[in-house]
Amino acid sequence: MEKKYWQNFGELNQSEAYQQTAENEFKEDLLPLEDLDDKGLMDAKSPRRDFLKYLGFSTAAATLAASCEMPVRNVVPYLQKSDNLIPGVANYYASTCVNEGDVTSVIVKQRDGRPIKIEGNEMSSITKGGTSALVQASVLDLYDTTRLRYPMQKAGADFKEITTFEAVDKIVLEAMKGLGGKPVVLLTSTINSPSTLQIIAEFLAKNAGSRHVQYDAVSYSGMILANEACYGKKYIPSYHFDNAKVIVSIGADFLGTWLSPVEFASQYAQNRRITGEKPTMSQHIQFESSLSLTGSNADDRFVHKPSEKGAIALALLAKLGGAVTAPAISDAALNKGIELAAAALSANKGAALVVCGSNDVNLQIIVNAINEAIGANGKTINHAVSSNYRAGVDADMVKLVEDMNAGAIGALLIHATNPAYTYNDSKKFIDGLAKVPVTISFNATMNETTERCKFSIPAHHWLESWGDAQPKTGYISLLQPTINPLFKTRSFETSLLKFSEDALDYQTYFKTYWVAKLGGEDAFNTAIQNGVVEPATLLVGAGTFNAGGVAAAAEKLATAKGGAYELVVYQKISMGNGNQANNPWLQELPDPITKVTWDNYALVSPALAKAILGIDVVGNQREGDGYEVHPEKPTITITVNGKSVELPVLIIPGIHPNVVAVAVGYGRQSADKDKTAQHIGRSANGAGQNVYPLVGFDGTSFSYSAAADIKKAGNTYMLAQTQVHGSSESRPVIYEGSLKKFVENPEHILEEANHERAILIAASKGKDFVKDATIYPDYEKPGIKWGMSIDLNTCTGCSACVVACTAENNVSVVGKIQVSKAHEMHWLRIDRYFTGDMQNPDVVFQPMMCQHCDNAPCENVCPVAATNHSSEGLNQMTYNRCIGTRYCANNCPFKVRRFNWLDYTGADSFPDNQNPMVEQGYMNESVLQMNDTLTRMVLNPDVTVRSRGVIEKCSFCVQRLQETKLNAKKAEDPSLVRNVKTACMQACPTHAISFGNVNDKESDVYKIRNVEQKHRNFYVLEQLHILPNVSYLAKIKNSEREVTNEKEEVLEGAHAEEKNIVKTQVEGNIKK
Amino acid sequence: MSLNRRIFNQLSAFFLFIALFSFANTSFAADGEALFKANCANCHKPLEDYIGPMLQGARKREPNPEWAVKWVNNVNAMLETDPYAKAMLAKYNARMTQFNLKEEEITAILDYADAYKAPVPVAPAGGAAAPAEDNSLLFGILTLILAVIALILLQVNSSLRKLADEKDGILRADPVPFYRNKSYLMLGILVLFCFGGYTTINAAMGLGRMQGYQPEQPIYYSHKVHAGTNQISCLYCHGGAQDSKHANVPSVNTCMNCHKAIKEYKGEPIVREDGSAVNGTAEIQKLYAYAGWNADKKVYDQPGKPIEWVKIHNLPDHVYFNHSQHVKVGKQNCQTCHGNIQEMPEVAQFSDLSMGWCINCHRESKVDFYNKATGEGNKFYSIYEKFHNDIKAGKMDSVTVEKIGGTECQKCHY
Repeated sequence: MEKKYWQNFGELNQSEAYQQTAENEFKEDLLPLEDLDDKGLMDAKSPRRDFLKYLGFSTAAATLAASCEMPVRNVVPYLQKSDNLIPGVANYYASTCVNEGDVTSVIVKQRDGRPIKIEGNEMSSITKGGTSALVQASVLDLYDTTRLRYPMQKAGADFKEITTFEAVDKIVLEAMKGLGGKPVVLLTSTINSPSTLQIIAEFLAKNAGSRHVQYDAVSYSGMILANEACYGKKYIPSYHFDNAKVIVSIGADFLGTWLSPVEFASQYAQNRRITGEKPTMSQHIQFESSLSLTGSNADDRFVHKPSEKGAIALALLAKLGGAVTAPAISDAALNKGIELAAAALSANKGAALVVCGSNDVNLQIIVNAINEAIGANGKTINHAVSSNYRAGVDADMVKLVEDMNAGAIGALLIHATNPAYTYNDSKKFIDGLAKVPVTISFNATMNETTERCKFSIPAHHWLESWGDAQPKTGYISLLQPTINPLFKTRSFETSLLKFSEDALDYQTYFKTYWVAKLGGEDAFNTAIQNGVVEPATLLVGAGTFNAGGVAAAAEKLATAKGGAYELVVYQKISMGNGNQANNPWLQELPDPITKVTWDNYALVSPALAKAILGIDVVGNQREGDGYEVHPEKPTITITVNGKSVELPVLIIPGIHPNVVAVAVGYGRQSADKDKTAQHIGRSANGAGQNVYPLVGFDGTSFSYSAAADIKKAGNTYMLAQTQVHGSSESRPVIYEGSLKKFVENPEHILEEANHERAILIAASKGKDFVKDATIYPDYEKPGIKWGMSIDLNTCTGCSACVVACTAENNVSVVGKIQVSKAHEMHWLRIDRYFTGDMQNPDVVFQPMMCQHCDNAPCENVCPVAATNHSSEGLNQMTYNRCIGTRYCANNCPFKVRRFNWLDYTGADSFPDNQNPMVEQGYMNESVLQMNDTLTRMVLNPDVTVRSRGVIEKCSFCVQRLQETKLNAKKAEDPSLVRNVKTACMQACPTHAISFGNVNDKESDVYKIRNVEQKHRNFYVLEQLHILPNVSYLAKIKNSEREVTNEKEEVLEGAHAEEKNIVKTQVEGNIKK
Repeated sequence: MSLNRRIFNQLSAFFLFIALFSFANTSFAADGEALFKANCANCHKPLEDYIGPMLQGARKREPNPEWAVKWVNNVNAMLETDPYAKAMLAKYNARMTQFNLKEEEITAILDYADAYKAPVPVAPAGGAAAPAEDNSLLFGILTLILAVIALILLQVNSSLRKLADEKDGILRADPVPFYRNKSYLMLGILVLFCFGGYTTINAAMGLGRMQGYQPEQPIYYSHKVHAGTNQISCLYCHGGAQDSKHANVPSVNTCMNCHKAIKEYKGEPIVREDGSAVNGTAEIQKLYAYAGWNADKKVYDQPGKPIEWVKIHNLPDHVYFNHSQHVKVGKQNCQTCHGNIQEMPEVAQFSDLSMGWCINCHRESKVDFYNKATGEGNKFYSIYEKFHNDIKAGKMDSVTVEKIGGTECQKCHY
């Protein structure tokens, strides 16, 4: 039987409601004019009179709009133009995206003085040019309307502006003098900037008794302390997934959110890429409670309760020869998984790696012991180079909050952290904050913490800053400003220098610091230009493992107690710890696993849903449909330690049946609830619930899992989910196989597709497969033919490409309400398919965008030829010609065409016509946020902003293709168009996407398709003879399990399915 | 027939080839005039001192005839060491830009300057050229007269037929007057409909098109004086046309490069279209006000502010147009689209900038196609294998912009 790939339970069961929604893909009510219901004109809801009204209004409006005089436009050249700036030509500057300890070396595209796009810096050996969704979206934060515009002092309930920084310094210094000997505390997120750390040290030296507390919203304290116990120092080593043949992860989402996901994804992909005749691949085994991005990429995956983590680690250590006894695990599948992992690890000593996402010190000590036992140290773990992304020790923060409440703190300077929101006992923090005489926030927005401080001295955005970061020891990444500060802000470092009564500002300090370190101005300039300074050789150290703490840790772990239900608190790829919550691009980015936008939710397995809610999505079609078709999901109340949160339920397979998982980063709220939209932002307002209060503290570190009490709440809550908005209706779109079989016979994996093609070609009796099989004459591609290839093996689903595409192509944000109506505008989506075992399915991600078919079904049905084919193989979309019939979208088998249902961009002739839409509840306020004059500075001036009523879709970044061609013509060098970088390709941390001129036999895409990867190369829905220009490489899993698309009697099966589809369609029509 | 056509095609191709070849030959020799205009004309004149010294006889005035060749490519170094260079700097108070020209090019420029004669002023032939005679009115009147004659003839015809019929004894109803005749009425409505439709559609298509748009600018800047009389290269100010999508209006500091030295206007009187005179010197003073320049003390002592020019050439937002594609790659003259800008005192929009106008040019213009045999042309086009073969086989003689996709939607709309 054919292996089934499904996106939701309805598709799995082929339920009635699923088929109906699949047919009604736009989910849009008819326009009032069309809403006649066969009742005659006068009885219709909108009778003739309405028709006349619409007609009259539109004629009058058109006349008004058209007859007005052309506006006078001015062109204002510079007074003094800088030599290195040509208006209309983009400049690129190396910089670094720094976000609460996260460091990504980037290149900033600056056009006419405005940063508009972030790319990865290929000179960085850490990220190798990769980026993440959060980094891609950070350029929008620069233009966030809620950014604070000047320094302020609290006056009553509100703040009042302090007009000059000199005045600020005077007031603050005076206030700090009157502290009566109480200490000054700097509270920041992890700081890994060498110069900032030096400035902080100088500041602390000037203020006796003062201290610096680093606090991470999502803590890695457990690892830091475990390394102190095992290696004598508080640090996190650096990891080398590229050296590992076996990777075992116990709940670490290292491809999505754990520590340094861009770095790890890049390393991981090196061993996942299929190359050469007898390819090899790393083996990745994941143990986890929920379904993470990393878990969904694993070759073998085993689910467990969070409380069993310790038992798993102990069992692994025991099997690898450690002197520990593991508590018994009752789950047979899990035991098998431990056997499998232990066997793989011991067979690959010196080339294996175990990572663990827990914040429990004892568990991390055991993981350290495992890594010592398998010889990971010095091979896959490097103790000579530390990872400096996180340095916070939880106990320090807890102590600080105690001190604050005891009134023992004189002044608190808070930078780049928001404990009033992220601290688990935020009430206690807020109460303590009120007892501190001087509180200063350097945060850039009026967030929960800033609101409660006495002073606000907003710092620059990283795109406006000078600075440095040291993500790993010896590896420096530098920041340079790419725009003048938009507002009256000042860098945190300058403020500290001024408070230390130092005359320097940070810019000068920074330059002096690095000129001295690098040995001269020239070296400094080169470093700024490159953005990174890296050691010539990698220092490798194995560390000296001290096994002293292992026995005690094992003992403590063995006593871990679980509950009937257990909670897992995790981070979403799109939201991180929540500090970018007001970023509409991130809010609208569908989570790769759940495909939900704009909210967090309680993730539960079908079994748990049945137990709590009585909804059986697997066994009972009716209940399944009732749950899946309606965006209103039933809610549950999760209670941990007396704190409870009510969240909608999202049922996903592959989660442990006793586990509920919820994401942090949502539920941002101002002290005055009504001011959330104004202070924290219109996009963050109302998105999800805050679950930081459910985080526990075990006396040493915060714990992100706990026994929980779960009850049905009886309410419903709307979740805007994008999956199955574009359904491929169970047609085969994915091919995969196991490594073993692939090595034995590489042709096996695409046997079925090749067989089908062979039959068709034989049946065409010598006619040309391409030229003679279309109703239109074949288009010539005389020079260039663009093509893309996507490797499903290295695509991790991280969604950086989706945000990159949004930023590059001015893709609109439509808001939650519109997403729930399937009106999202993303040109590139990542389809997630489940397959196999319902309890623990395999997951496949497939990036899906316009396939630029050479025999495109959309082109044939456009009545105005607004979409047609270019001589370079592009499926062109001409917005100014489109009249919005949507026939093309209807006829697209990939469902990648997007329609502008409403005026999302403000591009219509009439201003303010979005406001009524917002008032009437058709649109969210976040759309207005995107159309603020400040926010619109992020738009790419080379791409049209689309207006209402037109279709849009992936253009293969045609503006980049045209620019590259122009450069090639200027340089008279045809090789420049060989490999061009589209936005999605450039953002990808694993380089899963290739793009170029297929006519050129030297191009990457040509080589992948015809030489290097020809055995895995397939086209989606090739059997429709649409001749796509995007090809995919089949997925290979390194697992002993059966991973194939086996089918019996290929042709008959396909025909039977076709008949089924026809049958359902006919039935559907009769019902209508 | 087809044989004849082929012979004709081949012949014309042959002549074209000859013509191209002879052109190419001339362009190999250093063209002193072109080089002068492109490199020197911004600051030098052949016959008089300008920002720099006059070029005629320069070689005689200089220490030795080879001095100029050394000077042009080593300005910065020689200003430090060479006494004559130092003296010239003191005299003109302007540093020359350092160039990178070949010896024969410099010689060609100086030869051109030495041979240059002031153009004999030509009396303007009856003021401005008479506008092309508009015949449409004449045609309209003619059509109308013919229509009336036809109408009368038709009436006559029907009267005569009636008389003839009466003579034959066939009885007919009284004729309906033409204004109640349904055929005439239908005809009239049809004509009105066609005419009305035609004018409406035309007017609708013309919405937003502003051919001839000539707004008043904050400073009366005459392209005629700068690009015409003084022969300043367009690209000196609109350098973006080579590198960017925008040609770019020059920044104020670009104006001041020359106007630090040129304080007053001494040329032919400038006259507006309404006949009023323009005080050139006063306009230069306006520039100083924007730049914050004190002409007496020769310092910027006031805060400057940018000039808000009125934009003349506007394209809709959904059109992508790149100047460098046309100027640098396509080697088009500015005048092709902007008209004889060097003769416009104030700039007016020359072309209608409509899509039809763009498309027409793309259909007709030929790209600088790469010739594999000779290595001429832009090497980028070597990837168009098929066209090379077609040219070789004689199926086509040149490649137009349209052939390489220049009329496809997504070349300009994305």
